[in-house]
Amino acid sequence: MLAFALRRLLQSIAVLFVMSALVFAGVYAIGNPVDILINPQADQAEIARATAALGLDQPLWRQYWSFIAGAFAGDLGRSFAANVPAVPLILERMPATLELAVAAMVIAVALGIPLGLVAGLRPGSWAGKAIMAGSILGFSLPTFWVGLMLIMVFSVYLGWLPPTGRGETLMVLGVPVSFLSWDGLLHLFMPALNLALFQLSLLIRLTRAGTREALAQDYVRFARAKGLSMERVLRVHVLKNILIPVVTVTGLEFGSLIAFAIVTETIFAWPGMGKLLIDSINVLDRPVIVAYLLIVVLLFVLINLVVDLVYTALDPRVRLARREV
Amino acid sequence: MFMQPAQATSGQIFVDYARDRVAVVAVVVLCLILSVAVFAPVVSPQNPYNLAQLDILDSKLAPGAKASAGFTYWLGSDEQGRDMYSAILYGLRTSLAVGAVSTLVALALGMAIGLISAYAGGWLDSLLMRLVDLQLSFPSILIALVLLAVVGQGVDKIVIALILVQWAYYARTVRGAALVEKRKEYVDAARVMAFSNPRIVFRHILPNVLPPLIVVATVQIAHAIALEATLSFLGLGMPITEPSLGLLISNGFAHLLSGRYWISFFPGVALLITIVAINLVGDRLRDVLNPRLASHYGA
Repeated sequence: MLAFALRRLLQSIAVLFVMSALVFAGVYAIGNPVDILINPQADQAEIARATAALGLDQPLWRQYWSFIAGAFAGDLGRSFAANVPAVPLILERMPATLELAVAAMVIAVALGIPLGLVAGLRPGSWAGKAIMAGSILGFSLPTFWVGLMLIMVFSVYLGWLPPTGRGETLMVLGVPVSFLSWDGLLHLFMPALNLALFQLSLLIRLTRAGTREALAQDYVRFARAKGLSMERVLRVHVLKNILIPVVTVTGLEFGSLIAFAIVTETIFAWPGMGKLLIDSINVLDRPVIVAYLLIVVLLFVLINLVVDLVYTALDPRVRLARREV
Repeated sequence: MFMQPAQATSGQIFVDYARDRVAVVAVVVLCLILSVAVFAPVVSPQNPYNLAQLDILDSKLAPGAKASAGFTYWLGSDEQGRDMYSAILYGLRTSLAVGAVSTLVALALGMAIGLISAYAGGWLDSLLMRLVDLQLSFPSILIALVLLAVVGQGVDKIVIALILVQWAYYARTVRGAALVEKRKEYVDAARVMAFSNPRIVFRHILPNVLPPLIVVATVQIAHAIALEATLSFLGLGMPITEPSLGLLISNGFAHLLSGRYWISFFPGVALLITIVAINLVGDRLRDVLNPRLASHYGA
């Protein structure tokens, strides 16, 4: 187990290095940011001065070297547009994105598991069919369009919820959060629901499939024969067995929530990292793009690592299956 | 020649497929969508990108309003007096073409890499599969977004981005299937007959791993279309000269808060119907062609 954990850790570090080189090489191949950032009426000398100040006159490998050296010091350059260090700029936006992702995860789990159970227990009933139809729709609906439709219904026509922004935030341990104030909750609800939609459909399917599989097993039949109530069988025997895959997928999907938050944040003008990324892409603010990507890569590698280790610790079958592939 | 496991005839597959009525409706809908997309110039009342046909006085009309040119804006018009119905038909063309082309190329590329990886084994296999692992550990939207941020906008670029996010998935699927096939006797037989490696891989193994893959690709087209729409919505996909459904929805976003829902709503409905139809057809095909795969998706 320790050897596996160490090997997995080394792998993660290698991934980080490969990704940093790819990201850097890729992003620095975009057009010349000087054209965008500097007044088009500026003369040659002024342009040269700005280029030198931004370090863009250096050869690419040297730019990468100073970038890697800076990365270890937590310094990934200054934003061209905002003229502040890129890393703090992103970290400042991170709580908003994390809050959104966690809220979406909570919605997905709180609704997905019970609905999946119902659909798994009564696949033929109208409720089971309706839930499955809803889940197919949830897979097919383009997230961004659902977001627009939510705004249209709840903000434009009904006027119940604010269409954009984060609302009032309260400080908890130095981190601004919106779920503690009523205004913040109102702002949080729609984006979180929108972001949760895909994971919700996924969890419904997973839980349903797991329930149906578990119900056909001998241990469930035995527990029923023993005279246990259906409720107890469900709670103790069925739910426990389907929770392993559900927990794993939930963990892995947290990363894609952060990625999809880019779309949701853009629609609802939620001031998170994703919106910052899109804004930065639009003005070719390279240091911010690179810093965002590296932070997200780091986040992903961490999530994957933790989920992998936890899963391997929980389920020895995984280790065996791995060796074969 | 190669031996093949016993397979259902196409007639049986057809009968099996038709047993699910929803799936039959989905096929009909899909055919309708394809034909209106292909014949868009014939069936749409207006060429939405011929500026001479647009009348700015007709801008932002509600669904059902009469155009000054005589026809009716059944789905309303946008801020340039463009008929939304025509725009959707032209948008469907772009969306479907981009989705289908990128999926097909990704399929071919992923298949070649997967087959080579499985057949060659060794360091090449490890290298290719590490690459696949690396790519699949990141959501496709993130990869596509970064690629487009790097290379800029354009039809060719979004197709390349969609290919690059899809190939790894096929490569892994094909490699898994090919590894199973590789151990079978017909491959040994082909080796004994001293056939060349490329011949064994492409003439013998490939046909046996292809059918399940085509089904997966059907569903992937829907994913590609949705991804393209999302990227276009974010302003990183199709250029304004070749609007896909995503870009139409994005254009309507600005008018949504003033209550002009139709500019965003109807293109989204078209997108939704297309994706649902493709998914239903793909799901059914998978069930009919390959019952083994069904459990993967929990269906």
